[in-house]
Amino acid sequence: MTLNPRHEEGLFYLLAAIGGLVSAIGIGAALYMEHSGHVVTGMNNQVVWGLPHVVAIFLIVAASGVLNVASMGSVFGRKLYKPRAPLSGLLALAMISGGLAVIMLDLGRADRIIVAATHFNPTSVFGWNVILYPVFYGVVAVYLWTMMERRMYPWMKVAGYATFIWRIVLTTGTGSIFAFLVARQAYGTALLAPMFIIMSFCWGLAVFLVVQSTMYAWNGLTLPPLVLQRMKNLLATFVAAVLYFTIVLHLVNAYFAKNIAFEYFILFDSEFAGMFWVGQILLGTLLPLALLFNPATASKALWVNVAALLVVVGACFHLYVFIIGGQAFPLDMFPGYDVKSSFMDGAVDHYRASLPELLLSLGGLGIAFTMTTIGVRILHFLPQDDLAELEAATRATD
Amino acid sequence: MTAPQTPDRNPRRAFIAAAGAGVAGLGFAAIAPGLHLMAVGEANAATEARKAGTAASPAVRWGLLIDAGKCAPGCTKCIDACHTENGVTEKLPDPRQNSQWIRKIELVDRRDGRKTELPMMCQHCANPPCVDVCPTGASMKRADGIVLVDRHTCIGCRYCMMACPYKARSLVHVPLTEQNPEVPRGQGCVESCTLCVHRVDKGQTPACVESCPEGAMLFGDLNDPSSAIAKRIASVPTTQVRADLRLNHGVRYQGL
Amino acid sequence: MMRILAAMVLAMIAVSPAPTFAGEGERTPKPVVTIENPGKCVAPAEEMRRNHMEMLKHQRDRTLRAGIRGEPASLNACIECHASKATGSVLGTAEGGKGRNFCESCHSYVAVKLDCFECHQPKAKFKAAGVKP
Repeated sequence: MTLNPRHEEGLFYLLAAIGGLVSAIGIGAALYMEHSGHVVTGMNNQVVWGLPHVVAIFLIVAASGVLNVASMGSVFGRKLYKPRAPLSGLLALAMISGGLAVIMLDLGRADRIIVAATHFNPTSVFGWNVILYPVFYGVVAVYLWTMMERRMYPWMKVAGYATFIWRIVLTTGTGSIFAFLVARQAYGTALLAPMFIIMSFCWGLAVFLVVQSTMYAWNGLTLPPLVLQRMKNLLATFVAAVLYFTIVLHLVNAYFAKNIAFEYFILFDSEFAGMFWVGQILLGTLLPLALLFNPATASKALWVNVAALLVVVGACFHLYVFIIGGQAFPLDMFPGYDVKSSFMDGAVDHYRASLPELLLSLGGLGIAFTMTTIGVRILHFLPQDDLAELEAATRATD
Repeated sequence: MTAPQTPDRNPRRAFIAAAGAGVAGLGFAAIAPGLHLMAVGEANAATEARKAGTAASPAVRWGLLIDAGKCAPGCTKCIDACHTENGVTEKLPDPRQNSQWIRKIELVDRRDGRKTELPMMCQHCANPPCVDVCPTGASMKRADGIVLVDRHTCIGCRYCMMACPYKARSLVHVPLTEQNPEVPRGQGCVESCTLCVHRVDKGQTPACVESCPEGAMLFGDLNDPSSAIAKRIASVPTTQVRADLRLNHGVRYQGL
Repeated sequence: MMRILAAMVLAMIAVSPAPTFAGEGERTPKPVVTIENPGKCVAPAEEMRRNHMEMLKHQRDRTLRAGIRGEPASLNACIECHASKATGSVLGTAEGGKGRNFCESCHSYVAVKLDCFECHQPKAKFKAAGVKP
């Protein structure tokens, strides 16, 4: 499919306008929440983090994961991934911007965000993140510069290593937000830090594949089969790795007597059980694995893209079950007692996202989408493969 | 605020005032001209007012002992008193969005069906998770062990609410206008039981303690071996809720 | 085309009223500050005008974080003394609809956000009722 240049330009402006509109509506929703208070959201004093946090954490985790594509090239020396590094950097910046915007706009006192920079508590994982995110912007920007400016090429490898290390630290920081919580049964295990890293690999690559295919289709190109083959194998590996961590996490919980009630709740006896089994496991894990391993579908770009999209959908279910499900379960303050109170003690909370918080969440996606659309338009981000060199390299390594 | 001067005859108070002044590095333990000591309001006050100009002392550890055995079923006097004292006036359509400074929990023992009720609020931990996780340091512990939120630097991220094992913290979900002058609170900030810090500093006991018709709540200095609360804790078995977390609470329970 | 546009913009700037130098026809009326209890302030008016925010900021940190009570500078003391005798508040429209009450009169004139009263009670001697759970 090749677009008429005039139509193509019109389509670009249309996409940018839609992205801008969605972002603007999101910011408008945040202003409404700011004006009225969080009473207009579905969040409350039991489920304190809601849909905006699910979307924001997805964007932040996937943002660091999408950089993995660049690291495969410059840190692990894979030739296939080198031409893809600039696009991966752009996507990382776009997604982390969308994610952070949602987190910041959802604050009870978003007008005071500067306080987060002027007052620092060294024991807070959030406090660490206040440092991790701006530095992430910096290293990725420098990395992009070394890749796109010929005179900076000699520094590309150093910048690539720095970016790789920083993104590992950053995702550890994101996972630790939950890993360091002793209060609730769902969190408070060191497993979450490495699990978030592998989740980021998986979700970031899935997003990258979808964006890459869209760009190729836009320019009337098809992804070289060799490239598709390699990247879908990597995605399948990451999906399987996330499944592995998920199994271990639930096994650990099921083994600890104090967490059995929570495990039963989240896996079998709640609104989250269906999301877990159907959304996260079936749609987000098993179906993509089948599509990526079945020779009939695995060689077709369409099905690989469907698998990648399913991974993204599964990721949203995964985080929803993890974040909302983890808070909906009552805190176990008095073991051995049935408890009851005016404030959800001993009772399961049923959180429903309201329209403003849904629009704010979509606004974050809109910001990431708009930044990507404009970025790929004005700068040179389309991967260009030297196929002969690639095939030679493949023969040498195989 | 202006009240007759109370003679300073409690040696412990003199010591605490001096220690507090020393720790805070302040040179003006003497009362500034034009200021008066605040009155000791009630006869049953567990302590006396701290001198004006002196900081809270780490030699003191304010605590509360709640006798769940005496807590009357269905009684909400402590909650009413707390809400009146602290100006918690909002009543939202979704009760889960209301502020919960103190709440009654009904317990039924699964083994024998024995029923107990008790008030639950901020446990004023010595190692508070909410203080550890706060990105701006707004969540803080005063030298005398009272855990507070500095609403001047709270950005409303709710991480402390995620970290608190007691659900003791609430986000204010609506704009407020009915605050009491001594208890500022407002939209978008997190808040919790202050142990009625404004009363304690005047030498009064927290509103809930004063209101309890059964005398089920005992307020005092855990660090002072001669205080009623320290003596009771030394003589009867008491528990801390979720003691497994080793948070070292200022609020303890007996009769559980 | 650009030149005409530039000339139009310049002309519009020239005819627009300049608030800084306006004498008679000013756009924003100067604040009318009513002092309810003259001569009782903790510092001279000049110092208060320049430094009240610093005094309040440091006092608030000492009181909240260190627990020091009874300092001369205190927001509640400001409110008790400066609240309008008619409306009881330091905010809002003054008695008879002329101007605004103490804090708001200047702050609305200079367009500086008054964040204090997002949490603090602007009325003197206010007593909240509280609700039953």
